[in-house]
Amino acid sequence: MAAEMEPPPLGDAGQTDFREIEDGEGFFVSTVTTLESPEPSSPDPPSMPAEGISTNGPKQEDISLDDDPEDLFAEATEEVSLDSPEREPILSDGPSPAITPVTPTAMLTPRMGLGTAEMFERSLDEIEEDDSGDTFDMHIAVSDPEKVGDGMNAYMGYKVTTKTSMTIFSKNETTVRRRFSDFLGLHSKLASRYLHIGYIVPPAPEKSIVGMTKVKVGKEDLSSAEFVEKRRSALERYLMRTVKHPILLKDPDVMMFLESSELPRAVSTQALSGAGILRMVNKAADAVNKMTIKMNESDAWFEEKHQQFENLDLQLRKLHASVECLVCHRKELSVNTASFAKSAAMLGNSEDHTALSRALSQLAEVEEKIDQLHQDQAYADFYLFSELLGDYVRLITAVKGVFDHRMKTWSKWQDTQLLLQKKREAESKLQFANKPDKLQQAQDEIKEEIEELEGKVQQGEKDFELISKTIRKEVSRFEKERVKDFKVVIIKYLESLVQTQQQLIKYWEAFLPEAKAIA
Amino acid sequence: VSSVNVDLQTDATLQVDISDALSERDKVKFTVHTKSTLPNFKQNEFSVVRQHEEFIWLHDSFVENEEYAGYIIPPAPPRPDFDASREKLQKLGEGEGSMTKEEFTKMKQELEAEYLAIFKKTVAMHEVFLCRVAAHPVLRKDLNFHVFLEYNQDLSVRGKNKREKMEDFFKNVVKSADGVLVAGVKDVDDFFEHEKTFLLEYHNRVKDASAKSDRMIRSHKSAADDINRIASTLYTLGTQDSTDVCKFFLKVSELFEKTRKIEARVAADEDLKLADLLKYYLRESQAAKDLLYRRGRALVDYENANKALDRARAKNKDVLQAETSQQVCCQKFEKISESAKQELIDFKTRRVAAFRKNLVELAELELKHAKGNLQLLQSCLGVLKGDT
Repeated sequence: MAAEMEPPPLGDAGQTDFREIEDGEGFFVSTVTTLESPEPSSPDPPSMPAEGISTNGPKQEDISLDDDPEDLFAEATEEVSLDSPEREPILSDGPSPAITPVTPTAMLTPRMGLGTAEMFERSLDEIEEDDSGDTFDMHIAVSDPEKVGDGMNAYMGYKVTTKTSMTIFSKNETTVRRRFSDFLGLHSKLASRYLHIGYIVPPAPEKSIVGMTKVKVGKEDLSSAEFVEKRRSALERYLMRTVKHPILLKDPDVMMFLESSELPRAVSTQALSGAGILRMVNKAADAVNKMTIKMNESDAWFEEKHQQFENLDLQLRKLHASVECLVCHRKELSVNTASFAKSAAMLGNSEDHTALSRALSQLAEVEEKIDQLHQDQAYADFYLFSELLGDYVRLITAVKGVFDHRMKTWSKWQDTQLLLQKKREAESKLQFANKPDKLQQAQDEIKEEIEELEGKVQQGEKDFELISKTIRKEVSRFEKERVKDFKVVIIKYLESLVQTQQQLIKYWEAFLPEAKAIA
Repeated sequence: VSSVNVDLQTDATLQVDISDALSERDKVKFTVHTKSTLPNFKQNEFSVVRQHEEFIWLHDSFVENEEYAGYIIPPAPPRPDFDASREKLQKLGEGEGSMTKEEFTKMKQELEAEYLAIFKKTVAMHEVFLCRVAAHPVLRKDLNFHVFLEYNQDLSVRGKNKREKMEDFFKNVVKSADGVLVAGVKDVDDFFEHEKTFLLEYHNRVKDASAKSDRMIRSHKSAADDINRIASTLYTLGTQDSTDVCKFFLKVSELFEKTRKIEARVAADEDLKLADLLKYYLRESQAAKDLLYRRGRALVDYENANKALDRARAKNKDVLQAETSQQVCCQKFEKISESAKQELIDFKTRRVAAFRKNLVELAELELKHAKGNLQLLQSCLGVLKGDT
């Protein structure tokens, strides 16, 4: 890298750039370029209608035929283009103008083999009908962290207050006390119940052995307090995200978590418990499997979305890292400004020219106020911006997990199909076995197996279809939430920056006459 | 930095400036340009090329000249130091593969701007030294100074070799031990007694403030760099996103590109108006302390000479010699005291004026930048809020 530089030759005495140093402009005249970022053209409406939802706004008609009583998700707000071989892929040329809400008719029958989740799956429209217009109105607050117990068995208890007007809850306002492992326990149950069928279950806040240990041993310092606050805020966001999900909200464990005064202790959440180790083993196995499954992706939507989430993941992680840096440097700036303020005050004290001495003291005061400003801004940087990014990095991991489950479901289906094929081959080969008395028995046996496998193959296909459908809905909902979240936070963050600048102006405007008064 | 040049009258009889400068490998070549109506010079206007070592030579010649013991010798300019900047440019070159082309170009531009800023600063500091000398009623007449200005060949001033550097080091050690001794002697003159106390404390406080302001400004620069990276990533996010929020990302990226330039300028202005000011007065207050030390030394010599004279008279031996010696010491001491008093008064005047100018300009610039930032933020918010 050539570091030698010959700066532009400077003109004669009266015109040197150095005079310009006084107003600070000289240095940067040549290097300032306003960044004209190209105005992005609005994204082209893609051909797959599923995309149309998020970018174009108008809701699309649910064109699919609804006489299937097992179609659990005929919701008016979501359009689903089904790509299963039983239905023709429906491609529209663009956003359809007409929006006709479709009211589902059937009450849903629990599907075999999918666990208890379906019993509580009701479409949003149905709920609206039953509870006469119960829109999402819920607010959860996590507060009052209190240390319970002593030593290494101590833990932090949090107050969880739920305020809601929704009728599915027994009371308008409920308060319970919960500890961190309760939250983890809730997440664990929801994940085991919903993740593998395609629901994006919001991840719980992360464990921190170091942080908790400090709290347990009673370290009453700033970093412990910060840790507790960080966790409290994360728990609150976690609960809010969970209840915003229309399916998870109805889960009995969620309701129990929010309403019942006592909860069975969730021991399987401990990192080093048997369950914890099992989880780690499973995670490793999953990673290996992911590498070996080569899916025949017939649906471009999934491929596209998968790639999009990969990109988003990468960029969000990068952004998160940069914002964390910023928080760190701003905290540093605050500390260094405070330090400078003290130093300036001392300088002012020793200055023997009265007016200058006073001005230096004023400068010290201004810098002290500014250091507080930097601290507040760092706080906003963190809680508004950085934590949101962290949450989304974790959420996207959950999204990717759901995509992986779909792959696994497909894989299972394919495997079953292969097995069926093998059995059929074996059946035809049986004809050439040379033990006629055993032939009938063998033929009956194999016929039974084949029947069973045929059923399984059908089930596998249905499972795959279902998870694909669910994921499309989930992704659409997720994207909506994401857009909303980011818009809200960005605006809040910019407002915090505005406030900081306004304060700065106030402080310097107060200082200027003091500086001018030096005589 | 012309901001500390406040009280130097633009005197038509002798005007000095640095009209050009060139950076080569590890040296900087300054073109010193002089305009003068004094008869001492062959021409009215002329230029020579000088390097840092020659400035140091000139400064040291002042310090070593007994005639100038009663003056505050303008502090020598600091050595041009591009090491940090060069290192950064090198690291950037090494890391070229790990960042996008836009990021690389951006960072390169910034580092080059930083290099240029350091360059301009070092030129300014060398210039200030020369202007101070040219403005001083006595120093401006110095022969070495004229040679420095006019002699258009290399002055062949070699940097101090190891032995000389060691000698300097010990001289300083002795001086500071001595300084303590001398400082302990209470001065009869109230003015000087006050100045001594004042300067000792002031110098330490300025040193502390200078260090702390540097650290503060460095944090500021780091934060501005972070905002730069954030802007880049937001831009990428905006171009990749197919939802509504892409507009937000792109707009905010644009906003941050602009605000971080302003933040960088805030840091640079604070550097100029505050950090450089403090650094300069750190050096000047040291020069003032040196003056007081020399005077103190002369006082001690004078008092010793008095004692010697008393002893000589008592023994009635070498009285004449003792008398002459005592007279010499007395004259030296009185000469230094007289000029020192004026120098210290001038120092205070210069200091107050420089601080006033810089603090006012600092406040004005901070306001200007904060208002600029605010306007950008509010306009962006307006657009974004209108969109939701």
